[in-house]
Amino acid sequence: MVDFINSIVVLLNFVIIPGLSYGSQLALGALGVTFVYAILRFANFAHGELMSFGAMITILFTWFFQSQNIGLGILPTALIALPFGILATIVLGLLSDKFVFKYYRTQKSVPVVLAMVSIGVMFVVNAIIRIIVGTETIKFSDGQKFIMKAKQFKVMTGLNEGLALKSSQVITILITIALLTFTFWFLQKTKTGKSMRAFSDNEDLALLSGINPDRVVFITWLIVGTLACVAGTLYGLDKSYKPIIYLNLVLPIFASAIVGGIGSPFGAVVGGYVIAFSEIMVTYAYKKFFKYLLPENLEPSSLVQLLSTDYKFAVSFTILVIVLLIRPSGIFRGKVL
Amino acid sequence: MRFDKYEWTAISIMVFLFIIVGFVQGWSVSLVILNMCIISAIMTMGVNISWGYAGVINFGVMGFLAMGGLAAVLVSYPPIKEAWHVGGSGLGISFVLLIGLVIAVYFINKLVEKKSHKYWLNALVIFFGVIIIRYFFLNATNKIEEVDPALAGFLGGANLPIIFSWAVGGFFAGGVAFLIGKVALGLRSDYLAIVTLGISEIVVSVLKHEEWLSRGVKNVIGLKRPVPYEINLQASDWFINMVTWFNSSKLNQIMDPDQKQEMLNNLIIDSSSLFVKLNYAILFFIVMIVIYYFANKAQISPWGRMMRAIRDNEVSANAMGKDIVKQHLIIFVIGAAIVGIAGAMLVTLDGLFTPSGYRPLRFTFIIWIMVIVGGSGNNLGAIFGGFVIWFAWIEVAPLTTFLINLFTSGLDPQNAIRLHLLDSVPYFRYLLMGMVLLLILRYRPKGIIPEKVRHS
Repeated sequence: MVDFINSIVVLLNFVIIPGLSYGSQLALGALGVTFVYAILRFANFAHGELMSFGAMITILFTWFFQSQNIGLGILPTALIALPFGILATIVLGLLSDKFVFKYYRTQKSVPVVLAMVSIGVMFVVNAIIRIIVGTETIKFSDGQKFIMKAKQFKVMTGLNEGLALKSSQVITILITIALLTFTFWFLQKTKTGKSMRAFSDNEDLALLSGINPDRVVFITWLIVGTLACVAGTLYGLDKSYKPIIYLNLVLPIFASAIVGGIGSPFGAVVGGYVIAFSEIMVTYAYKKFFKYLLPENLEPSSLVQLLSTDYKFAVSFTILVIVLLIRPSGIFRGKVL
Repeated sequence: MRFDKYEWTAISIMVFLFIIVGFVQGWSVSLVILNMCIISAIMTMGVNISWGYAGVINFGVMGFLAMGGLAAVLVSYPPIKEAWHVGGSGLGISFVLLIGLVIAVYFINKLVEKKSHKYWLNALVIFFGVIIIRYFFLNATNKIEEVDPALAGFLGGANLPIIFSWAVGGFFAGGVAFLIGKVALGLRSDYLAIVTLGISEIVVSVLKHEEWLSRGVKNVIGLKRPVPYEINLQASDWFINMVTWFNSSKLNQIMDPDQKQEMLNNLIIDSSSLFVKLNYAILFFIVMIVIYYFANKAQISPWGRMMRAIRDNEVSANAMGKDIVKQHLIIFVIGAAIVGIAGAMLVTLDGLFTPSGYRPLRFTFIIWIMVIVGGSGNNLGAIFGGFVIWFAWIEVAPLTTFLINLFTSGLDPQNAIRLHLLDSVPYFRYLLMGMVLLLILRYRPKGIIPEKVRHS
């Protein structure tokens, strides 16, 4: 029995908790991509840079607060700086919409052209970020790093295996739950949310019923900016901030959104966790896990790893391709909010 | 092919810019830029063929370039006999088993009627097949990677002249494109963009981590050259005579024989490096002209017109009996093959293969900017786009430094903002690329040299 608990703890420590926090970050990102896709109707390649920009502004404010000796004690200072980052990201989103995307929307351009345009925006935002903070890795998490250390857990329970709980992971999961609850409540219960869903379902009908498209677009950018900045900051808190990383993050995010069913917010969230867990589960070496479960003479000699960790990113694209082949509209039949 | 006034202007502006760079920064710099411009132009033509002719989006440029680069290694590098000796049989066995697995799956799909049985049987066979193959495969690759890891650790290549690899690179990239196309070409264009981008990442990560094949992140250096080495040139008589003859007026002005010899030596060193670059430029230029000629021929041929019909109205082209899926696959493969040729040329020029250097920003999105800026659907436009964008990519750094110095000249030289800006000079090229793309898409969506629609 103790062996069984030990094996579960191993799994929790190395697969489930990291998977939950990485999945939350992907889910928030994918939700933003899905919103742009459902309302503005294009694949936004600039979303990763939007996340990066939000995280950068948050970092700049974090530095400012740290220099002023304002902090939250055991919590990271970045949490006070986050609202400023969100504000800046929303402004950036609205500006990019006003100066770039709006023209193509009124021209009714095909989605591919808008995707190209978003690549242009990606380059510009990328350049702005690099000009402001360079390309170095930045660590900006402060406060208490661990809620529970592996050693504490061992002493507390008397088990062989430790369970470490990083505060950034707990913060990520809590903020994600709060944000997702709010977003779904907003979409389902408020009048504005309903008008957005109507707009994404049938634009012409929505316009006929007197929904103001500019307002819908405005609200969309509010939500997208918030989600992007929070996702970017949480990823930076968890791993450490590096401007180049976010470009690589765009693909798993797209994969999450498409796997869940692009245009479906619930699908995006599920897709995020699906991608995160499959990335981690396929590349995790289960040797330790089986060591506790199997009798001694059956212990595996190899690492029991399906794929080496080098192929972490490749896993998400493979899932993406498989889903597109078997069920192109994704798990939750996307297209509508 | 006749050029109109507009196209002549574009060509002469480009020539003029290279001459200016030659006089201001030196001919060596100018030739380095020119070589990369030609390679970029070939990549751009490859993308332009699939996107401009048929509207098939290909965001997998990076992956196809990497396949071309792999071809350069596999063709030119001398084989590592010991690695073949220890791992060759294991690799052979796993290859045969893989073929067996594919055949087994094929027959299961053909023979078993009931659908649920089919899925389970497939899954079972693939699962155990992969486990068995992995055993032989990992055994072999581990042994191969242990052979002299500091210098070799991979299988090596065929020890042929590297110039063959340009064709082989085309075949490699085309083969990969065939597989991708079979899987993904039915998708809507923006999905296709994401999928091809994702698959190109998979291709690069395979090259990065399968060390037995490509040496992975350890890189392959010292590839053969299709042109002479500088050292050999400097020792050969005909080259020295040629340099003396070219610079005879300059050399005759100097009386002192020692000084004269010193100057001649310097001249020989300089001109040998110039000569090598010039040789590359001539080779690349020939390839570019050949591809351009055939691309143009294809565009005005009945096949090219059919492609345009498919691009402009898929439904009616289908109604006229054109097999759209097949034609899309053909043009996707051709475009990717041309990109593969450029990939092999790129590695040839560098003389080394670095899988970790393939990044989407540099090798996919920049190429797309070249296509859009140059003019999709026009081959000369594609070449021009490749030239202009690569030229700007290189020359924007000195220009930005100059501009920053100009605008901050009123400030204190140690001013923090000025120093920070000077530090971030390399990033201004991204800003420029983004702005250029946005401006072109907004005010000249058909590109600088738009497609010519011939009604014939």
